[in-house]
Amino acid sequence: MTLLEIKDLKVHYPIKGGFFNTVKDHVKAVDGVSIKIPEGTTYGLVGESGSGKTTTGKAVMGLNPITAGDILFDGRKLNASGKKVDVRDDIQMIFQDPYSSLNARKRVFDIVAEPIRNYHRKPKNELAEEVLTLLDRVGLPRDALYKYPHEFSGGQRQRIGVARAIALNPKLIIADEPVSALDVSVQAQVLNFMQEIQKDMNLTMMFIAHDLGVVRHMCQHIGIMYQGRLVEEGTAEDIFSNPQHIYTKRLIAAIPDTNVDKIERNLEVRQTVKTEYDQNFSDSLDDEGRAFPLQSISETHRVALPVKG
Amino acid sequence: MLMSEKLLEVNDLTTSFKIKGEYYPAVDHVSFSIKPNEVLALVGESGSGKSATAFSLMGLHTKARITGEVQFRDKELTALGTGRMNKIRGGDMAMIFQDPMTALNPLMKIKQQITETLKLHGKKSKDERESYAVELLDRVGIPRPERVAEAFPHELSGGMRQRVVIAIAIANRPKLLIADEPTTALDVTIQAQILDLIRELQDDLGSGVLLITHDLGVVAEMADRVAVMYAGQIVEIAPVRELFKNPKHPYTRSLLNSLPSEDMLGSRLHVIEGVVPPLDKMDRTGCRFAPRIPWVPASAHEDNPELREISDDHFVRCTCYRDFHLNNEGDAPASADAAMETGTGGRA
Amino acid sequence: MLKFTLRRLLVTFPQLVVLSVLVFIMGSMMPGDALSGLIDPTIPREAIEARREALGLNNPWYIQYRDWVFAMFQGDFGNSIFHQRPVLDVIGDRLMNTIWLSLFSTVLIYLLGLPLGLVSGRYNDSLLDTTITGYTYLGFATPQFIFGLVILWIFGYNLNWFPTGGSVGPGIEPGTLDFVLSKINHLVLPSFAIALIGLVGTVQYLRSGIIETKQKDFIVLARAKGVKESSVYSRHIFRNSILPIAAFFGYEIVALLGGSIFIEMIYSYPGMGRLFLDSISTRDFSVANILILFYGFMAIVGALLSDIILSIVDPRIRIK
Repeated sequence: MTLLEIKDLKVHYPIKGGFFNTVKDHVKAVDGVSIKIPEGTTYGLVGESGSGKTTTGKAVMGLNPITAGDILFDGRKLNASGKKVDVRDDIQMIFQDPYSSLNARKRVFDIVAEPIRNYHRKPKNELAEEVLTLLDRVGLPRDALYKYPHEFSGGQRQRIGVARAIALNPKLIIADEPVSALDVSVQAQVLNFMQEIQKDMNLTMMFIAHDLGVVRHMCQHIGIMYQGRLVEEGTAEDIFSNPQHIYTKRLIAAIPDTNVDKIERNLEVRQTVKTEYDQNFSDSLDDEGRAFPLQSISETHRVALPVKG
Repeated sequence: MLMSEKLLEVNDLTTSFKIKGEYYPAVDHVSFSIKPNEVLALVGESGSGKSATAFSLMGLHTKARITGEVQFRDKELTALGTGRMNKIRGGDMAMIFQDPMTALNPLMKIKQQITETLKLHGKKSKDERESYAVELLDRVGIPRPERVAEAFPHELSGGMRQRVVIAIAIANRPKLLIADEPTTALDVTIQAQILDLIRELQDDLGSGVLLITHDLGVVAEMADRVAVMYAGQIVEIAPVRELFKNPKHPYTRSLLNSLPSEDMLGSRLHVIEGVVPPLDKMDRTGCRFAPRIPWVPASAHEDNPELREISDDHFVRCTCYRDFHLNNEGDAPASADAAMETGTGGRA
Repeated sequence: MLKFTLRRLLVTFPQLVVLSVLVFIMGSMMPGDALSGLIDPTIPREAIEARREALGLNNPWYIQYRDWVFAMFQGDFGNSIFHQRPVLDVIGDRLMNTIWLSLFSTVLIYLLGLPLGLVSGRYNDSLLDTTITGYTYLGFATPQFIFGLVILWIFGYNLNWFPTGGSVGPGIEPGTLDFVLSKINHLVLPSFAIALIGLVGTVQYLRSGIIETKQKDFIVLARAKGVKESSVYSRHIFRNSILPIAAFFGYEIVALLGGSIFIEMIYSYPGMGRLFLDSISTRDFSVANILILFYGFMAIVGALLSDIILSIVDPRIRIK
């Protein structure tokens, strides 16, 4: 069952200029993205800086105005004009930087309890019970309750962020580069733990990242974004074993591998792909420099290939 | 090995920082050497002392106590005053910085930032400097270098700015290039380009490179030899193939196993328990990694372990590697490893 | 840049209109008018009434306002009823005095403030820095009129080094060297009184700017290039640290041009601040209105000046 469906999402920002500050043009941060995420799975949204992956995530959270398109959550339209559907308990976000996304002047109790307080009126002891359960769940000790964020390590802070995100029993979590600010050993901790939480709570996740290794480890489905559009989408297997779009190929070839036996080969592949990319990349875009619409090449695999004819 | 073969020889380098009136070493008796044309990678997580080592070599710490020897070509650097050091840094020894977004002066044109280093190290007339600056921009792969020379940093993308930072570093054809996380802040495709560029320039100039990074993939691709740092010490140093094929120290092996990779798909990643203790709370007598592998018996560790050569050019600190096995077979629940983490954090 | 300036002025014009209307209404709500204080009680009431009528003081405020605006468009800014001279002449004398005073004060503020801030920021937490910072706290806490009185008392009355009031010595022929020297002599105490308090903000801004800038990555890179420590400060740190001061320069100049009421009162210095105060207390609205418009206009000019200066020193700010 599809929990989140994004239909032809567009987020455009106006560029203003001239004597009367009129709109001259638009930055097309997201330009026609469609994504379906089945319940209980993790969808990896990959792209380089400026590809629009974070904007897409924020649009789902309602943090960005949407220019066009629909976002359906559990079959309900989130951006319906008029009466807004309130699904904020159901969708939560985890941010990149565990250092700056937590309010340094608040204690863990207040940080985690905040979303609960916003939506439900509860007596203090009940609230404390609930927060303690959440801390247990993310593997933080009970005495963390009255400490401040700076008293924790990076991995623990990310756990606090997760505890806050799951406080309202959400169905969907949007994780925006949740481990890219962390050291590899801490990253491993957080990734393991996110997988557990997901299994326990049957969470659906949109995992936004630039690190393909991490995305491969975490996600069942992957979408590759380039300049506001998807260029390829498929299962992790499709993307890594059978990449079709030259942009995807280049992204994958660029990852340095720790296997010292393969290095020569990897460098060769990277060089070949780069040559191909330099020669053919413009052919894989339309006249306006946008990626073509996605076409299915198998049941799960879709690629932005030139329209024939 | 003859001294003259070595470009840089570091002996017992110790860099201490003041915390509450007391000096604590962040770099603790570190020794290594780099030959011309060699890439030595210094690997470790935040707090391991790898960047502090680089800053010490360049004399960039303003408030640290530094002891030990740094022999660079025919000069002993730790004995030099700032004035004489200024002749070397930016000249024969140059550095590439981590974050291109903050490493350039926002109020100066790109051209000025390059000609400044050319002028300091005795380059030519003003006109020559300016045309050489454009040449350098071209050399590091910047399209339309004449225009970029006149631009300010905010007008360039992160990848372009990093190329400018590299152009500044190679401006005076350094014999030793110190690259401190040169690609950490960049996208993968840009990273690949920048690494290519560094490799190419190094070939060209025949320079030695000290590459500081936490990315083991980058290390595998770039390095000739690798030194792994933990808590201010080098715990293992070996040629790159040897290190990746036959890692010994528990820290090296744990790091390699915590990376998501093809073989790890569908399984839990290895987690290193605990955290690096802060400088002023560190036990400096035993094996510093011991608290993070509590399942290895205490008898396996040495007191004051030293680096020991276990095979050709492969050095490991402490004997504990012989009894070490990874602890990821048991699928411990999340709360267990988090509790461990807090345990150490609490003690700290 | 020209377009930006024009748009700025265009937007602020309505603000000036609203401002002047407000001044007119408030003026008409106050008891008394320009004649109240000037009248000899022996003059017959009818004569006074006739005079009021002739001056238009009996008209409702909007008629007076309309007459005033019309006259202004014909280049007639009116006469000061109190001074019995054209308003522009009255303001002109005072404005020159104020320009001199603010010029002296500004030069002093930056001449003393910049080195103090630079030293304080470069050697932060040293004894020197602690002393300078201590002075700035004192400066923030001391009201200007207290400080002005204290140095007037010490250097004017006790030591007798400088004159205690006025803008020029009596009976000196304008245009002579003596006249200029006397002017300067009269400026010393008030401009120091303004500058020594006024510079604390500059010192603090520069100090924190330098402390912040000196740990930036590009400063480390400058050192890594082999740049001398003195050049690291002069070429890299200083320029990046004065941005906030540059941003305030325009406002500061304009604030000084408005005149300092306290200092002018204490030193009986005939400047704009006192003129404004006097014109209100004597209900001399023809002067007060023009002054308010002048202040409003200068505030806009100040903001504009600040923006332009900032766009010159900081290439990241482009005015289109």
